[in-house]
Amino acid sequence: MRRWLGVLGLAAFVAGCAASRPGPVKLRMWAMGREGEVVGELVRDFERGHPGIHVEVQQIPWTAAHEKLLTAVVGGSLPDVGQLGNSWISEFATLESLVPLDPFLVRGGLSRDAYFGGIWDTNVLDGVTYGVPWYVDTRLLFYRKDMLERAGYKAMPTDWKGWKECLRAVKARGGPGHYGIFLPTNEWMTPVVLGLQSGSPLLADGGTRGAFEEAAYRRAFDYYLGMFREGLAPAIGFNEIANKYQELSRGTFAMMVTGPWELGEFTRRLPDSLQSQWSTAAMPGPDGPGVSFAGGSSLVLFHGTKHPDEAWELVRFLSEPAQQVRFWRLTGDLPARRESWADTALTADARTRAFGDQLTRTQPCPKVPEWEEIATRVYEQADRAIRGATSPDSALATLDRLVDKMLEKRRWLAARRSAAGHRGRT
Amino acid sequence: MSATDVRASGVVARGAKRATLAGRQARAGLLLALPSVALILVFFWGPVLYGLWLSLTDFDVYAIADPSAVRFIGLGNYLHAFSEPDFWNALRITLVYALVGAPVSVAVSLATALLVDAKTTRWKPFFRAVYFAPVVTTLVAVAIVWRYLYQPQYGLVNALLGKFGIPRIDWLGDPHWALPAILVLAVWKNFGYNLLIFVAGLQNVPRELHEAAELDGASGWQRFWNVTLPDLAPVFLFVSVTTMINYFQLFAEPYVMTQGGPLKSTNSLVLLMYEQGFRWWRLGYAAALAFILFAVILGATAVQMRLQQREGRA
Repeated sequence: MRRWLGVLGLAAFVAGCAASRPGPVKLRMWAMGREGEVVGELVRDFERGHPGIHVEVQQIPWTAAHEKLLTAVVGGSLPDVGQLGNSWISEFATLESLVPLDPFLVRGGLSRDAYFGGIWDTNVLDGVTYGVPWYVDTRLLFYRKDMLERAGYKAMPTDWKGWKECLRAVKARGGPGHYGIFLPTNEWMTPVVLGLQSGSPLLADGGTRGAFEEAAYRRAFDYYLGMFREGLAPAIGFNEIANKYQELSRGTFAMMVTGPWELGEFTRRLPDSLQSQWSTAAMPGPDGPGVSFAGGSSLVLFHGTKHPDEAWELVRFLSEPAQQVRFWRLTGDLPARRESWADTALTADARTRAFGDQLTRTQPCPKVPEWEEIATRVYEQADRAIRGATSPDSALATLDRLVDKMLEKRRWLAARRSAAGHRGRT
Repeated sequence: MSATDVRASGVVARGAKRATLAGRQARAGLLLALPSVALILVFFWGPVLYGLWLSLTDFDVYAIADPSAVRFIGLGNYLHAFSEPDFWNALRITLVYALVGAPVSVAVSLATALLVDAKTTRWKPFFRAVYFAPVVTTLVAVAIVWRYLYQPQYGLVNALLGKFGIPRIDWLGDPHWALPAILVLAVWKNFGYNLLIFVAGLQNVPRELHEAAELDGASGWQRFWNVTLPDLAPVFLFVSVTTMINYFQLFAEPYVMTQGGPLKSTNSLVLLMYEQGFRWWRLGYAAALAFILFAVILGATAVQMRLQQREGRA
């Protein structure tokens, strides 16, 4: 009796181990922040159009994203599709965790021409494309029209000289305790954008040496320090201000350099009386409209995905102009695809139009894995110079010294590669 | 098997049997201990030795992709640490945490324990629960509330200080005040744990000793110093050593409140390790920092135990 039970049990076990019916392809996607909350809706439409594919979206907060991705790379648990901030593309490409997308792009009919050039370039390393831009981010000026008008300016000046004069006028009208602009001393975007505008490459020799002591960056750095020296901007960090929207409403300062998510935030947080009084303007450059930072997120395929074709279908779906516009309506994130900008909603609003204009003048930051840390040192040294703890010359010299030390490994790898090349090995 | 039995029989035969029994017992003991030892070897000593090896290399993001991009640099990471102002800053701040924060925490725990355990205190369980509550509350939730308390313009702390005429202090934004602010939070959050241990220790002090001292005319302070404290000595040693070790490793409070800022004034060694290892992927350097911290804690603990033992004997 016991023996028969045993045989029955074994048979049931073996039957259970038989190959399962081929079910739908299951794709995993990781998305961060607000985008992660919202992309689930778009994905439902994708599933309806592709009945054999099921997509599971996991939302990750930005503060934990970098560490979580690293753990996944090392632990081999990366998803199929992911959202990646485009300043991280070089890091993850170095880790060989991204699938080169060129063959897929040819098949899918996507190319650089469909996108803003500067943004597209952030995804290309050594001629290989690793990501498709999803939404774009750049920095420009958000300002109070009424405060500028009171100071005698009908529009934002378009060059450095005019910009400083405008800030001086605004400050003079405001009196003591008032400033022209809010530039948090612990953010790297503004000094880096000014550096790019000034023509500085930020890093030299193929990204193996710091170029912060060179004349181009020095010019931008002096201009930036001047903002604080003349009292045009308060010398505080973003965590030292109680509520920047409140201070802007109160007229403590008249403008700030920030990104597209503020379009929604300003509508929500500024009082009704000021809703018609704020606008956006492109960044002034040294001799005319200047470039800005090419930010945003891309969609990538992670190495080790078992369904690259289905994953590519999802990426292509999210890159369709209609889906990009829909995504914009849900999040306020600007579409990366130029065709989506033909939508009247995006071009009707003057404030969004300024973004469309600025996006035609963007430049990526140096595409090295160490960039995130270098950017931190940029603002740290700038902060010390602003607070008078060190002279500008000394700050830039220290910055170059720190950056050179950080890039030592990169130099060694480059030397090793070229040595291998000289010896005739590939 | 008693000693008399052993002596009663012949030496050689009994000796051989005893050796075998002892050997068998020893072997049995080893076998029973083997699972735990194996776990400790695999999950503790393994990673520690791997960490030691890592600290002698320049393992970083390039090495994760390409294992051949690892270079053995011997003591390079350690020398780099000693030449970095950031490291000395973090070490100084960690020493402040441990040499100021830990004694303050122990003192607060002991003082509160004395109050809770006093004869005239009613509702002792209630007070013990109230003081222990911060220990079990989530740090992130606590941090949100304390950020409101520390707010320069609208926070309660500055409002209270204002009543005494003290000007506003930017607790989390001023490099001079951020460290004390974090210490106050850390002490408040953790003193309850030691409080319970002290209360248990205090209850073991025999009441007769206290009564005898009172009869002899000893004041409260004299009774504390000569009766309570000596009896508490083992508990005190344990609490002070473990508290100091914990404060050397302070990470969560500065990470959640100030991220090591402003201007790196609350950056502990563990925070520096975290930043180097998990933000910048410099795992070799971070491992070296971990071993330096280990050496510091080992040294501090050795000094502390020697001091307390000497005091105990005197």
